[in-house]
Amino acid sequence: MDLLEYQGKQLFARHGVAVPAGRPARTVQEAVAAAEEIGYPCVVKAQVQIGGRGKAGGIKLANDRAQAQQHAQAILGMDIRGLTVHEVWIESASEIASEYYASVIFDRSAKAPLLMLSTKGGMDIEEVADEDPDAIARLHVDPLVGFQDFHGRRLAYEAGVDADVVRPVGSMLAQLYDVFIEEEATLVEVNPLIVTPERQVKALDAKVTLDENALFRHPENAALRDPSGEDPQERMATERGLTYVKLDGDIGILGNGAGLVMSTLDVVAQAGGAPANFLDAGGGSKADAITSAVEVILSDSRVKAVLFNIFGGITRCDEVAKGLIEAFAQVNPQVPFVVRLDGTNDQEGRRLLAEADLPNVHTESTMDGAAKRVVELAAS
Amino acid sequence: MSILVGAQTKLCVSGITGREGTFHSLRNRAYGTAVVAGVTPGKGGSDVEGIPVFNTFHDAVERTGANTAMIFVPPRFAADSILEAEDAGIELIIAITEGIPAHDELRVYNTIKKNGRSRLVGPNCPGILSPGKANVGIIPAAFFREGNVGLVSRSGTLTYQIGNVLAQSGFGNSTIVGIGGDPVPGTDFIDVIGMFEEDAETELIVMCGEIGGDAEERAAEFIAANVTKPAVAYIAGFTAPPGKTMGHAGAIVSGSQGTAVAKAEALESKGVLVGRTPTEVAQAAVSLLGAAA
Repeated sequence: MDLLEYQGKQLFARHGVAVPAGRPARTVQEAVAAAEEIGYPCVVKAQVQIGGRGKAGGIKLANDRAQAQQHAQAILGMDIRGLTVHEVWIESASEIASEYYASVIFDRSAKAPLLMLSTKGGMDIEEVADEDPDAIARLHVDPLVGFQDFHGRRLAYEAGVDADVVRPVGSMLAQLYDVFIEEEATLVEVNPLIVTPERQVKALDAKVTLDENALFRHPENAALRDPSGEDPQERMATERGLTYVKLDGDIGILGNGAGLVMSTLDVVAQAGGAPANFLDAGGGSKADAITSAVEVILSDSRVKAVLFNIFGGITRCDEVAKGLIEAFAQVNPQVPFVVRLDGTNDQEGRRLLAEADLPNVHTESTMDGAAKRVVELAAS
Repeated sequence: MSILVGAQTKLCVSGITGREGTFHSLRNRAYGTAVVAGVTPGKGGSDVEGIPVFNTFHDAVERTGANTAMIFVPPRFAADSILEAEDAGIELIIAITEGIPAHDELRVYNTIKKNGRSRLVGPNCPGILSPGKANVGIIPAAFFREGNVGLVSRSGTLTYQIGNVLAQSGFGNSTIVGIGGDPVPGTDFIDVIGMFEEDAETELIVMCGEIGGDAEERAAEFIAANVTKPAVAYIAGFTAPPGKTMGHAGAIVSGSQGTAVAKAEALESKGVLVGRTPTEVAQAAVSLLGAAA
């Protein structure tokens, strides 16, 4: 789960990471009140989970009440690369002497947290990594030992931060590592981490990704989820316990098992089609889960044809067939379906479908054949 | 021969008294696996259709000589159960549980590695099947027959898909190993591929990867340096958009990292044949085996 900047900063503050004073606001009135309380100059920042907010005009400096009102009005409701701004963060403006970069990453390959520090802050770190990889100091922390002060010193010296801030930068790295471990994050990133002319070290931005599987231990973090920012089909699928990802095309996909569904998307694309979604109905899907899944897929109006690709292992093909028959009774689909049932109880499943004689449902025996068929039907 | 599970396996199931735990333990026993014990705290002294249940792994090991564990408990209890099995001296721990917190996995992985006495397979995996010998986990054994193809995969259903095509063509498997779809698998492709290389029964290796991480790229390097047997690969997720988790917690393209294209290219550059569809992979395996026969 990705947090908004201000949610990340509030989390930082709880772990002692220095951040500028700020307040969130959902309306222009709230934004002006927040600005008055914080004082001027202040910054009005769009809260959306995407980079490039500044370039898109989503971050503005306000020197007085009138400017705060004007910027809040412009930014609230603004569209930034497809995301609508529902919230702004009003923050005390900071003076900047130096901009650094700091992060803690869940390094799957090394199976350890990776700390990174660079004096090239304020730019895209992947660009820095490409152009000047030596400008980023990296260090793995043994998760059984945890962060030690020497980790902070080594990184600060290696990255070449100003000598007078080696100690405070090291302290901030320790605090960011605390956030990473205690909140069970998979990413904690600060870009830029700034040094002010008064030589204070602050986190001017916050990018935090939390592990969804650990949210049961962090109810206060789980409450930060904002369903209004989610896609309607994805929200509907989450409520029904299905794994759904929206894609750009017009062919609805349902399968069982993440690997098989991913593979189905690829095979459909190879056949010249464009999948509208990834939907894993999961292992052992019962008829009602299938009905539920069909409703989610068809609630997306772009869908012109649907492919069911089931290889029954734990999942039984007769249950899938029953679910599809039930779904047709409830939602009366207007688009063609291609159904490939193979594996456990496949003959029984195919027999049930043949008996039900559902309108515009085509059965195929192979995955490749089913993909070809659904692409033809979507195009016709 | 086979790898990891076989006639020597003495299985203890953590979570045996749960609905799924009972179902699959009995299925595994019906297949011929020696299921010698179960562990459920508070239910020690009872039994599941004749399989004795113990309160702790330590009791189970002491009383039954169990050497393999299957973890079937819910995610919030799974790390604890794995570490208990490890502490009790279980050599092979197979974790089926999906949804274990990533930081728990990190702690478990590093603890097991440091102690150096157990191997963890999974979590979030379908288990291991050595056809005709033993089945530990949820792999539907009916699709697989004994044979000479070693199969290792991050995905359960794709494994069944490929195994089924092989079986229909008259070929079977030495062992099928599901390493699971999580970001921190206890056992990786290279571990299993190394075992298949050593296994006398295995004549061809099929690996089934997907987007996310760099396990496939590392497998490519490993195969080039250490493997003499023919290998065929499949990679799922060519059409997956970056930044989206595709069902498996570990299946995510992060920035430019972990794409299917990069993985396929890494394998092909080391001479591993990469099939474009699961069917094509199985057919490639069949033609390689046919040519060798």
